[in-house]
Amino acid sequence: MARAFKSKVLTANRLIEGDVVYYAADGSWVGKHEDALLIEDEAEGNALLAEANKLANYLVGPYLADAILNDQGKPVPTHFREAFRTRGPSNYRHGKQAEV
Amino acid sequence: MYSYNEFDRAFITERNKQFRSQVERRIDGSLTENEFKPLRLMNGLYLQLHAYMLRVAIPYGTLDGAKMRQLAFIADKWDKGYGHFTTRQNIQYNWPKLPDVPDILEALAEVEMHAIQTSGNCVRNVTADHFAGAAADEIEDPRPTAELLRQWSTDHPEFAFLGRKFKIAITGSPNDRAVTKAHDIGLRMVRNAAGEPGYEVVVGGGLGRTPMIGQVLRDFLPREDLLPYIESILQVYNTFGRRDNKYKARIKIMVFEHGIDEIRQMVEDRFKIQREVFGGNDQNLFADIQAAFAPPEYKSAPTEALDAALNSDPLFRSFADTNLAEHKNPDYAIVSISIKAHGQTPGDATSDQMRAMADIAEKYGHDELRISHEQNVILPHVHKGDIYKVYQELRKVGLATANIGLISDIIACPGMDYCALATARSIPIAQEIALRFDELKLEHEIGELKIKISGCINACGHHHVGHIGILGLDRAGVENYQITIGGDGTETATVGERAGPGFAAEDLLPAIERLVQAYLEIRKDRSETFLQTYRRLGIGPFKAALYPAESIAAE
Repeated sequence: MARAFKSKVLTANRLIEGDVVYYAADGSWVGKHEDALLIEDEAEGNALLAEANKLANYLVGPYLADAILNDQGKPVPTHFREAFRTRGPSNYRHGKQAEV
Repeated sequence: MYSYNEFDRAFITERNKQFRSQVERRIDGSLTENEFKPLRLMNGLYLQLHAYMLRVAIPYGTLDGAKMRQLAFIADKWDKGYGHFTTRQNIQYNWPKLPDVPDILEALAEVEMHAIQTSGNCVRNVTADHFAGAAADEIEDPRPTAELLRQWSTDHPEFAFLGRKFKIAITGSPNDRAVTKAHDIGLRMVRNAAGEPGYEVVVGGGLGRTPMIGQVLRDFLPREDLLPYIESILQVYNTFGRRDNKYKARIKIMVFEHGIDEIRQMVEDRFKIQREVFGGNDQNLFADIQAAFAPPEYKSAPTEALDAALNSDPLFRSFADTNLAEHKNPDYAIVSISIKAHGQTPGDATSDQMRAMADIAEKYGHDELRISHEQNVILPHVHKGDIYKVYQELRKVGLATANIGLISDIIACPGMDYCALATARSIPIAQEIALRFDELKLEHEIGELKIKISGCINACGHHHVGHIGILGLDRAGVENYQITIGGDGTETATVGERAGPGFAAEDLLPAIERLVQAYLEIRKDRSETFLQTYRRLGIGPFKAALYPAESIAAE
């Protein structure tokens, strides 16, 4: 039996700035994880990833990362690596934690 | 210090022009990321977790005030006002934007620096003893050889696409401060029975997934044979090294699989041919390079100011205890500037600190600075009469931490705070340990103890050769830290022994405390270092301290 699909967000780094972005429901790319579209269907995820791979002038290395909805219904990462990507480094208040 | 000749300058200018055009073509869509990635990596540009990262080579860790000041300028103009000094004597900028990188490279070229071959499967920045040219125990300054190797390896067409990266380190002292035995090739400058200069050549060392201590390939290689011999090693590796598996592609695996004797035979066979190819021009070049590394004009002045300050200022006395090393000129000392203030990020210096170090080097240090693989900055030549003034200047910018060689002088890779390859964070672990032992006021009592932390198995933080090594891993989605004990990166290089199961982040600091407490209880006296105690008693008592519940259960 195929493994149950775990819900995801679609994420990448931007080509020019190098910062982390997420795919939102309206088709835009946003800086906040909580504004990302939670993808609950594997085929949809793969289709969106294939589209993202075509945005080579805007994105680098798009991929699907595990995420779930929190109590407020917002997508949150399940792995610490993805959680760090939503914030920035822990030694300075640089990156998203300072900007968003 | 070596200055670029016309060839160097033309080469760097051309390369920067090429890269500028490559960046433009990436941005306008003419190049895909797959096409662009190898090009940017050849120029030291990575894409990390939160941003791009530019790794700039500081050849054999040597720079002067002007170079350091330019590094500060770059940090302010195109980054976030700081830089990170690495275990490979490089500096990394964590926040450059892609369109700015060509300008950064141009700014580097203005001071004869670049980011070429700081990444990719090529010969990387050649590293050297950070006390080179100054150390009292030195047989000969290794930097002319390192510069010769830099020129030979830069853009060497035959070795641009090796099976894997290739790292060379060199020391001119019997006391190895350059971790030469953990490099693909380690060179130690020696003299033969007739007093002629040459090299002991060690091959197949390395850390990472499969840590290995290098083995002696040649115990004496005459100086003039260096390049043909090194080229022979690279040719043998390039031809016969494995390319089927990235994790088995370093020369250490080849040496392990074939055995050192077979490798030696292959290299010597090749060397017979290569030796004829080099017609001696490299030795003319070497003579020119050597002249560029002539010792500074040491001054002759009274040194009493040092003794007076030692007697009157206890804080300075503490600094002098840990941060000064013996210079070959008895009126001078080597000053190590700790870039490890308690609670700060190991190896990170602000632009203001960089400028202060540049000023101090120009004013009191014959305009010389070094970056150590231990992520500190060295003033190699300070007259004893000036050391107290240097200390006072350093204090003003938070650079007078007296902890060189102590438990808070921790090597830590950027880990998962920055690095895309990391499996766990390193920096917060280093910060916690340093703060805790500072709070306990124990570190001078503990004495020499080197903690080295890597945030993944690639071991940029040299954890295998830490007296206490810490390796951060992802264990079922949680950061977990393995401890190794008894590693050593010096001439008696040893890979540390794994103590047992790893610790969750919150359990790690108490575990390190138990380990250190056990050492304080079982050492013979204050003169026996942690490493010596480990060598006398083995891992047993340290394991018992780390895993008290298990030891009780076993009784």
